[in-house]
Amino acid sequence: MPLRLEKRAERSSTMALVSPLIAIALTLIFGAAVFASRGVDPWHGLYVYFVEPLTDEWAREKMIVKATPLILMGAGLALAYRANVWNIGAAGQLQIGALFTGLIPVYFSNWQDPSVMPAMLLMGVIGGILWALIPAYLKVRFNANEILTSLMMVYIADLVFDWLVRGPMRDPQGHNFPKTVNFVGWQTLPHWGDIHLGALFALVVALGLGFMTYRMLKGFELLTLGSAPRAGRFAGFSAQRAIYFCFALSGGLAGLAGASDVMGVSHQLQTPYSTPAYGFVAIIVAFLGRLNPIGAIFSGLLLALTFLGGEAAQTSLHIPDKIAKVFQGVLLFFVLACDTLVYYRVKWESRK
Amino acid sequence: MEQLWAIAITIIAASTPLLIAAIGELVSERSGVLNLGVEGMMIMGAVAGFGATYLTGSSAVGIFASMLAGAGMAMLFGFLTLTLLANQVATGLAITLLGIGLSALIGENFVGKQIERLPNFHGIDILIIFSFVLVGLVSWFLFRTRYGLMVRAVGDSHTSAHSMGFSVVGLRYACVAFGGACAGLAGGYLSIADTPQWVENMTAGRGWIALALVVFATWLPKRVVLGAYLFGTISILAFVVQTMGLNVPPQLLSCTPYLVTIVALVLISRNKRVLRANTPACLGQAFVADR
Repeated sequence: MPLRLEKRAERSSTMALVSPLIAIALTLIFGAAVFASRGVDPWHGLYVYFVEPLTDEWAREKMIVKATPLILMGAGLALAYRANVWNIGAAGQLQIGALFTGLIPVYFSNWQDPSVMPAMLLMGVIGGILWALIPAYLKVRFNANEILTSLMMVYIADLVFDWLVRGPMRDPQGHNFPKTVNFVGWQTLPHWGDIHLGALFALVVALGLGFMTYRMLKGFELLTLGSAPRAGRFAGFSAQRAIYFCFALSGGLAGLAGASDVMGVSHQLQTPYSTPAYGFVAIIVAFLGRLNPIGAIFSGLLLALTFLGGEAAQTSLHIPDKIAKVFQGVLLFFVLACDTLVYYRVKWESRK
Repeated sequence: MEQLWAIAITIIAASTPLLIAAIGELVSERSGVLNLGVEGMMIMGAVAGFGATYLTGSSAVGIFASMLAGAGMAMLFGFLTLTLLANQVATGLAITLLGIGLSALIGENFVGKQIERLPNFHGIDILIIFSFVLVGLVSWFLFRTRYGLMVRAVGDSHTSAHSMGFSVVGLRYACVAFGGACAGLAGGYLSIADTPQWVENMTAGRGWIALALVVFATWLPKRVVLGAYLFGTISILAFVVQTMGLNVPPQLLSCTPYLVTIVALVLISRNKRVLRANTPACLGQAFVADR
């Protein structure tokens, strides 16, 4: 094979910073090719998709709103993946978080004082944690693959959510629409324009997790268990505790993302509910941020932009907004491919 | 009798795609490659199979296209994990996310279109028969041929296989491509033979269930048949129960396949001895030749 990889003596820190940028550049080239194949001028297409949304104040706010759940989940997943704990069910944890949040306005609609807001947020976190602890328990207790079980829980969460919002939790005065009562007053998050308090949570959480990862013993413990499990065990770190911790953390943050989404954006539960799909995009956020919780802030914003660009492409270029999913998938591909550059030197060999 | 046969046919139809996808993934995992992209390859197979049948009017072309699409996605996976040594778990997820997005984009023009269903005899079509032939062939290949032994050797100890002069990466590429073609075919079965139409996300997690089936079968081809049919039967019976007028919300009945998957994984995984005896030792590990 003409292409050969040579292991670097140590990981290249330049490449660690440059490789996500190369991945983004490659994705843009891919995007240009897609636009060209659809008969759209590539420069115009890229401008409409990636630049125009940023020139508009309203769209900038939208971007932050969409980035909020992505950053919350991406930061938590980044740490879990670092510890080699593969929670890919953030989507379900978000959905159950939203469901738990909705219990308060549905069953205690008269609870209207400042205490209801933190109570609802807490419910969201609890919902996410409980849902995430199921695969964690099955992994620790029965050695069941957490990738598969956490993913199965996504489908189950969606069906349970659909059942409850169509059935027991439906708004009796809602003209039979599959939705709950509206959240009002203190049951909603304060907002500035479209941006709600959740954006602040996302920022604080990402920075806090970044601090924990690189400056606290817990972070060191997780990184060690992830990169050198044997060394971690000799140091007395418990792999089982790490599994519980990572699932609870990433699940709780997904629950918080769900709570702030329904309290800050939709102000009700409705089915079908589209935000859980962000749980899968958050996986891309985590990897594009190089599994660094602080990096998730930037990658979360970029992935949010791909959603807005998709909508822009639909309205002004007449390209289906499904293109957003393609760009997101391709981006993850290039990110993973470029990661190779951090640990290996690529050499081209002429055939002998 | 008529009714029982109808139920039996739906069970077979539900089990066949799981069987085909799982047997392909089994070969890939036997060579030491964990490809979590089954769902993505399957959905690409579904859209390619439907599209090709719709455009050419021939279901044979459709079946071929679905296999090609699955194998194509698998080669992409192979390039990243085998040549560029990227993390297999992450790359598998990437394949799935990309497959779901790409199929939705490609399939945009096929929504609501009709094609002729794959011809069948009392509900039994060629792919159902082929799925059993496939299991037999894979079983024979893995345990009765030289190449099969090589594949297992590569999966169990890639360094020793390499020092014996086997091409680790070459064999793995072949196995991954085979797994992809099977996943694609399983998707094609859904859109050409089972319900002849294209619906976004129509695989609905079957690719993931197939992955779980491989674990459930402890990497033995014949047990995949057992697993797939057990699975198909339970998920169909859940709906039969519903038609009998049991008052359970339909959403909760629809949870059955996913719940069964979890239960099956738990039951098999708790027995570490059984698992360790059959799990390919190098599953999921990257291989770098040290010359």
